[in-house]
Amino acid sequence: MNALVWILGGLLVILAIAWVFRFAAQKATDNKPYFRDMPLSVAFGYVFAAAALLLSIWYFFQPKAVDGVPSAGVIFFRWAVIGLLGFAAAAWVFRTVFRNVGSENSKKLFRSMPLTAAFGVMIIIIYAIVSIFAGLIAPYGQEEILGAANVVAGGDPAIGGNPEYPLGTDQIGRDILSRLIYGAQNTVGIAFVTTCLAFFLGGTLGFLAAVLGGWLDQLLSRMVDALMAIPSLIFSLLLMTIATAWAGSEAWLVTIYMIFIIAVIDSTRVFRLSRAVGQSIVVMDYIEAAKLRGEGMGYLIFREILPNALAPLLAEFGLRFCFVFLTIASLSFLGVGIQPPKADWGTMVRDLSPFINYASFAPNAAVTPLLAAGAIALLTVAVNFVVDWMLHKSSGLKE
Amino acid sequence: MSDLLLKIRGLKIEGRSDETWNPIINGIDVDLKKGEVLGMIGESGAGKSTVGLAAMGYTRDGVRISEGSVEFDGVDLVKASAAVKRALLGKRIAYVAQSAAASFNPAHKLIDQHTEGPVQHGVSSRGESELDGIELYRRLRLPNPEEIGFRYPHQVSGGQLQRAMTAMAMACRPDLIIFDEPTTALDVTTQIEVLASIRDIVEQFDTAAIYITHDLAVVAQMADKIKVLLKGDEVEEADTRTMLTAPTEDYTKSLWAVRSFERPAKPAINVNATPVVSVRNVTAAYGTVDVLHDVSFDIHAGRTVAVVGESGSGKSTAARCITGLLPPRIGHIEFDGQQLPLSYKQRDKSQLRQAQMIYQMADTALNPRKSIGETIGRPVEFYMGLKGREKRKRVEELLAEIELEPTEYFNRLPSELSGGQKQRIGIARALAAEPQFIICDEVTSALDQLVAEGILRLLAKLQDELGLSYMFITHDLATVRSIADEVVVMKDGEVVEQGPKKEMFKPPHHAYTDLLLSSVPEMDPDWLTNLLQERGVDNIGDAAVDKM
Repeated sequence: MNALVWILGGLLVILAIAWVFRFAAQKATDNKPYFRDMPLSVAFGYVFAAAALLLSIWYFFQPKAVDGVPSAGVIFFRWAVIGLLGFAAAAWVFRTVFRNVGSENSKKLFRSMPLTAAFGVMIIIIYAIVSIFAGLIAPYGQEEILGAANVVAGGDPAIGGNPEYPLGTDQIGRDILSRLIYGAQNTVGIAFVTTCLAFFLGGTLGFLAAVLGGWLDQLLSRMVDALMAIPSLIFSLLLMTIATAWAGSEAWLVTIYMIFIIAVIDSTRVFRLSRAVGQSIVVMDYIEAAKLRGEGMGYLIFREILPNALAPLLAEFGLRFCFVFLTIASLSFLGVGIQPPKADWGTMVRDLSPFINYASFAPNAAVTPLLAAGAIALLTVAVNFVVDWMLHKSSGLKE
Repeated sequence: MSDLLLKIRGLKIEGRSDETWNPIINGIDVDLKKGEVLGMIGESGAGKSTVGLAAMGYTRDGVRISEGSVEFDGVDLVKASAAVKRALLGKRIAYVAQSAAASFNPAHKLIDQHTEGPVQHGVSSRGESELDGIELYRRLRLPNPEEIGFRYPHQVSGGQLQRAMTAMAMACRPDLIIFDEPTTALDVTTQIEVLASIRDIVEQFDTAAIYITHDLAVVAQMADKIKVLLKGDEVEEADTRTMLTAPTEDYTKSLWAVRSFERPAKPAINVNATPVVSVRNVTAAYGTVDVLHDVSFDIHAGRTVAVVGESGSGKSTAARCITGLLPPRIGHIEFDGQQLPLSYKQRDKSQLRQAQMIYQMADTALNPRKSIGETIGRPVEFYMGLKGREKRKRVEELLAEIELEPTEYFNRLPSELSGGQKQRIGIARALAAEPQFIICDEVTSALDQLVAEGILRLLAKLQDELGLSYMFITHDLATVRSIADEVVVMKDGEVVEQGPKKEMFKPPHHAYTDLLLSSVPEMDPDWLTNLLQERGVDNIGDAAVDKM
């Protein structure tokens, strides 16, 4: 009850300040249309945002520990803010460097790039490098069991860390940093292959259904409907259980099966999209002109339709990649995805999840499962930023 | 206060593109008295619509009024606050958009949308404005005025929607209405009705109006004075009669002269010659409904056959039968005396090559992702087997033929071309196949008059040089007059009348041909009045006026 009164009171005060702010701005700027026509809600938003910003700054500078007990909230908040600002600064530096280095075309590209896209490109490049050269970068092997188990992240011996393992070790003593690096190779690589396969399948069939129509369209669409009617995670879980039984002791076969299963399930979404996009393109006069010219199906799909469907498909690719990635992580988390001892981020989150219980008194120990989760989140955000930017660019070209 | 209702002074408008503000309108003045109608004409891109919207103190997104004032009844709409504008717009200033079909909300009945304004502005109650709506529908001569408002937009025709929209604009009895090309999308016969009803209702309520159009003949009927715009500048302004009889500026004269293009008549056809294309007793159906009934006509070498009729008359369907997109149910198509397979899928490459098509909407007829060189190069490669340098040379020849600078346009995308240039690319693509016969489906109806005339002249030139035959589908009789050799009039899927152009434009006509011919607006400002008197529809029933 008390909290409710506080919240309401606070909002009312902000509202009052907002009114005063707008009034003052109108007077100060001699009734500029921007302030004159500003709705109170917008003024409220500005004041509210300012208040939230002030509150965050105040919270940021609270002491890290009170009477020897670490205040976990403050510590995590600081990490988040420092991480955010750090990434923004890194992206800015990255963009500035490439605005001045490289070929004329790439310079031009970076000049028109928003910071979010630069961030995305940077992260994707880093992930690509890390996953390609995982064996060279990682200090230890992904399966290597080292002497010390449960070393806390941070490398500070006073709280149970070890400078040799900057991100600590897991319960059986494998270096977490090395496993994260190898995880990039396994998880990202497999997700990429799976997404490409899903797009090849779904895209081709979708366009084919759009161009030919009739019974083929009906058949494919109803099959896709049937597949989509089954919840995808449960369906893939079911199929993966069967696949694991088939594969027997061959762990690599499970991975191959997984790629195909997820690709087929995800291709249903791609099919729907490409069919819908294709249908709106097929009615265009230039398709009719090409048909009347006597062009074959391959030319129609890949030369006339595909270039025009690229923008929505690209956007879908970004999203689909994230979903596939998360599906693989969840399957691994559930124990049927990428098989141990291979490192992958989903499995790491599952294996290390008990550490999260230490969050309130030992933030450095609790952070271990979050590292793998953070790696997943970072890539997801980065891919989406890049896709947003590409979409913006391609739609801008069309006026 | 003066009797000026709208006073625009030094209006400058800028649009944002490529991160900078570029001028769209460079200083325009407008004076409009109460009850006066100003016609605003110009090509597309001249800034007509932008000025029209600015007269309401409104600009589209990414556009701003940088200088000048728009005074409506003493209130400067440029400086006015959003609240002041809200009180004026809809109530004292109304807007009628070009496409009523796209502007009505398809989820609400017409009357619900009609009454929204008056109720919102507190002019009348829902019940009153509903009755008033029915009254307005009656005055605009909509069929079943009591009932039509209770339909959804998709249940009424285009012309009726346009009138319903005019009624909606009149709902609050505004002092000023902006009409933005309200009849451009309509057939000639429908256009007459809409024009007549708009003119009457504007006169009855003494409403001032700005009438934006690119059709001179239309503006001649509607406006008291005319303002000509070109690329954001005013060319000249004068009252309608002066403007029509004695325009002073060269640009205006060129606009007026467009309608004079006419090809010399060709010698009579040799009756024994085999026609290039011959449509024989074609009946065709979409699904189970026949849309063409026993249609026959011939197209001879080097001739242009214009197929005219309103939308829905089956003109385009006939073209689809010839190309084989819609195989006829009964009858067949002959090419050079040889019977063609009914479906395009069964025709071979050389048969497909001989008949090419040019489309109405150049925007959808060109693949937006392909450069001009690729678009024109494809048929060259596909039919002629030319590759590499030879292909490029041929494409450049074709570009020169359609009067575009080859090196400049080769690598451009369609989005970097104007409407007329796109249409020329469409022509070049058809020519690339080196056909004998080209179907032109409303190729000029989406273009400005000056540009359209250029296209017609180009087509005529190509015909003389290459001996092409054209099937020219159009609803515009002015186009027919300028380019056709023979005319086929269609209505409801049947050929009503056909023959050489000379005979077709001379009485006696079939009743329908007569209706079509007389509905084409002429430059004479009294034309509409005279026509309506002739047809016995006098200005709106007087009884209706007395009631108000």
